[in-house]
Amino acid sequence: MQSFNYVKPASLADAAAALSGADDGTVLAGGQTLLPTMKARLAAPSDVVDLGGIAELKGISVSGGTVTIGAMTRHADVAGSADVKGAIPALAALAGGIGDQAVRNRGTMGGSVANNDPAADYPAAVLGLGATVKTTSREIAADDFFTGMFETALAEGEIVTSISFPQPEKAAYAKFPNPASRYAMVGVFVAKTASGVRVAVTGAGNGGVFRVPAYEAALSANFSPDAIADGVVSAADMNSDLHADAEYRAHLVGVMARRAVAAAAG
Amino acid sequence: MNDSVAGIGARVLRREDFRFIKGRGKYVDDMVLPRQTYAAIVRSPHAHATINSIDSSAASAMPGVVKILTATDFEAFGGVPCGWLVNSQNGDPMVEPKHPILAEGKVRHVGDPIAVVIANTRGQARDAADAVEVDYSALPAVVSMRQAIDNPPAAVHDDAANNVCYDWAIGDKAEVDAAFASAAHVTRLEFTNNRVSPNAMEPRCAIGDYDTSNGDYTLYTTSQNPHVIRLLMGAFVLSIPEHKLRVYSPDVGGGFGSKIYHYAEEAIVTVAAKVLGRPVKWTSDRTEAFISDAHGRDHVTTAELAMDADGKFLGLRCDTLANMGAYLSTFAPCVPTYLHATLLAGQYKTPLIYCNVKAVFTNTVPVDAYRGAGRPEATYLLERVIDKAAREMKLDPAEIRRRNFIQPEDFPYQTPVALVYDIGDYEATLAAALKASDWDGFAARKAEAKSRGKLRGIGLSCYIEACGIAPSAVVGSLGARAGLYEAATIRVNPTGSISVLTGSHSHGQGHETTFAQVVAEQLGQPIDNIDIVHGDTARIPFGMGTYGSRSIAVGGTAIVKAVDKIIAKGKKIAAHLMEASADDVVFENGMFKVAGTDKEIDFGSVALTAYVPHNYPLDEIEPGLEETAFYDPANFTFPAGSYVCEVEIDPETGVVEVCSMHASDDFGEIINPMIVEGQVHGGLVQGIGQALLEQAVYDDNGQLLTASYNDYTMPRADDMPNFTVDHQITACTHNPLGVKGCGEAGAIGSPPAVINAIVDALGEYGVEHIEMPATPRKVWRAIHSAKN
Repeated sequence: MQSFNYVKPASLADAAAALSGADDGTVLAGGQTLLPTMKARLAAPSDVVDLGGIAELKGISVSGGTVTIGAMTRHADVAGSADVKGAIPALAALAGGIGDQAVRNRGTMGGSVANNDPAADYPAAVLGLGATVKTTSREIAADDFFTGMFETALAEGEIVTSISFPQPEKAAYAKFPNPASRYAMVGVFVAKTASGVRVAVTGAGNGGVFRVPAYEAALSANFSPDAIADGVVSAADMNSDLHADAEYRAHLVGVMARRAVAAAAG
Repeated sequence: MNDSVAGIGARVLRREDFRFIKGRGKYVDDMVLPRQTYAAIVRSPHAHATINSIDSSAASAMPGVVKILTATDFEAFGGVPCGWLVNSQNGDPMVEPKHPILAEGKVRHVGDPIAVVIANTRGQARDAADAVEVDYSALPAVVSMRQAIDNPPAAVHDDAANNVCYDWAIGDKAEVDAAFASAAHVTRLEFTNNRVSPNAMEPRCAIGDYDTSNGDYTLYTTSQNPHVIRLLMGAFVLSIPEHKLRVYSPDVGGGFGSKIYHYAEEAIVTVAAKVLGRPVKWTSDRTEAFISDAHGRDHVTTAELAMDADGKFLGLRCDTLANMGAYLSTFAPCVPTYLHATLLAGQYKTPLIYCNVKAVFTNTVPVDAYRGAGRPEATYLLERVIDKAAREMKLDPAEIRRRNFIQPEDFPYQTPVALVYDIGDYEATLAAALKASDWDGFAARKAEAKSRGKLRGIGLSCYIEACGIAPSAVVGSLGARAGLYEAATIRVNPTGSISVLTGSHSHGQGHETTFAQVVAEQLGQPIDNIDIVHGDTARIPFGMGTYGSRSIAVGGTAIVKAVDKIIAKGKKIAAHLMEASADDVVFENGMFKVAGTDKEIDFGSVALTAYVPHNYPLDEIEPGLEETAFYDPANFTFPAGSYVCEVEIDPETGVVEVCSMHASDDFGEIINPMIVEGQVHGGLVQGIGQALLEQAVYDDNGQLLTASYNDYTMPRADDMPNFTVDHQITACTHNPLGVKGCGEAGAIGSPPAVINAIVDALGEYGVEHIEMPATPRKVWRAIHSAKN
């Protein structure tokens, strides 16, 4: 790890000031991606602005069929929250399956979503549930937020403050973990809502998290595993690496989607 | 077993675990010497390149930088030596290119060390290492062994034609070919034994220290065999005589073979310490370990088995390409030859065996012994081809093996591949494994799994290994450049406490417990009165170290021999004190007794008398009670066993779940069953890891794709079933403890059991083989291809 300046502001305004005053500043949320990257000398920011001191970024609230989770809420808190388990049990279960206990005790929802790792779990839930991402300057619909691998609609210096999830009728997340990293090699989030079914896939696509309109249409008509089959997702759009080639990933999207539907329907 | 002293056979809890569990182990990286500096190594990002220039001017000016060393600073010294010479079939010695300490004009693998930056802190050294500018001209990388030989894109070394290090063979090819010509059936299998990274929990670390007052060097290093490092580095690299070089390996966090070898970093810190007059520490990080620790396995093999109509083996014919990597590591040449091809008789009476091994240089990290070292490759070869033969011959996998077993009355058994097995009972371990695994009840379990949509399979593997790597005369005739014995000193202190100085090194094996049990049993003394001292050339008379499951069979026997000398001397002292003839004195349960009388004297009194010799036969014996023994065994030991694995496969995803793994081993006599079970468990994890999860993968450019745990799949607890293990015992005939060794068996016996089970599960798809690691992608691909 190379030397850097460390600041821990108490407010979003101070954080913004610290970032704008930095040469090559970066935001530190839970640090579960940033810190290993810095330790491996793959990132060497001049300034690290730790959001851990900003109280307003933490916490979970449920009202009017919407679950709102502060950006600095840790995975372990989402996984263990009675409110989340009651309103959207699939979201709590997803959070409980991220990384390992040590990662869940430090990693945050905002950090994960802003980083948009193509194999992260939360982007599937945000897109699958049609959530809204609130930032220091605006609200962004999930469909507009994720723009590519490690790419989001966030502007320079814009910080995620909270994410609001509408409560679905049914939902489930099925993950096929990468054998080595245990990140999602394919993860499928399925949600049945009053306005139809949403299916979001993480880990598989070469452009990051994506929706599967063909599955959504079929499942909106018949919410059952039998309604969807293999071959819908094109291998041409899939990632390929030493653990899974594109064809295998495309196949797994179907398998995991059917398993998610079965879990949600059950 | 003597219960009162926690002797042989007792499940004594590991005495060393208190400090490990409490985080109070003392590892090399825990040491901080006064005025210590830190080394960071500039390593090649290229698999193969010419170094045009190295510019360290900017790095030299950075904060805290003390010194930057390159190859020119090491011109006075030799290269990293190889400890084993293998000759080709035509009599030529193997090609043995220089392995420079730092790259001399050329880099030959990603991670090849080029320069050393030494600074006052580790961070300063790392920062400055990043600032060293190296100008390269990239060369084509040699990665695939087949391509390296047949159509080489480049020469890894100019003096190795077609990148071949040696072309070696064992057996009479004409006789074997004749057996094949007359065979009723021939089974053929081509496969790769996958390359793995050893991944000891503690990365390597070395500190060099130089005492300017007397010219003494000290090297603290994470080694399995500090005396061997003193010999290799002192004599062959740096020309430091033994009395001026102390090598100390305190607590070491696992080795699995990877810490046997002498590595360049050890020579670097030792030389640098003298240059600077300050201690120099280097600690590997994890990615550095992936690109600098010797890898294991990496064979490409064709095996053919000739049988008569009843499935009796007539001949075995094998052809193996063995990857050496870019340079010859310490033991590398002997692994695919004398530790692999000589094991190809397995547990069977195959009358004729031929094996050709070509060792190949590639632009990859050196490959050397890894837990099992050659024997897992031999077992995998045999047990896979036999399993395929059983399928083709429509014979039960147990039955085809049984028909070919060497029988108890056949021992000692001369195999056609040089080894003489002293003893074994292969039917006993097979029967135990089949019973414990409920082999006969498998059909019902398969049917039940099918009702859940799962494919269930069962696999058997019967292994043999040659352990206790020795005797010196034999290994010397096979090209070892060292003797392979072990040394021990028993120092009975004046008050009767006992220091055992052993040349075996413990880095997870539990010697501090097991060896103490042996001495406790022999001397009838409480285990708490016995200390096991190891790892320090300044304290231990000599030693060849720990590898090849040799510690108890060779090191343990050296201890027994030294204790025998203590008892013999003690009898003379006791005889004098009891006014009897030494011939009439017996030693039992810690007491010297005059046979047939009630006269006796305890061990502690004899010890005290030896050091306070007021009433002592000084005209016959010397005072003191300390004895040393060097033990060079008569033969290898031959542990053997049968393993049964059951798997369930999810045909939709290709995921393989290991449902059960049973190991029935014959390790001879057992000192501490708990420690033996732990050794088997650990070996099974590594064996199952190799079969299902682990692989060091290079791309076509020689970049290591699996240089972190994000991509290298380490086995985890939830990948493993609960193991069941049992032991059958035939006592080794040529050491006093009757022991054989248990450290590697799990890693040797399990991979073919796992793959045989997977192939069995996929039988309905006509799958005949699946390569290790059998990842979900490969298994799904096999099913998917069969369906279409």
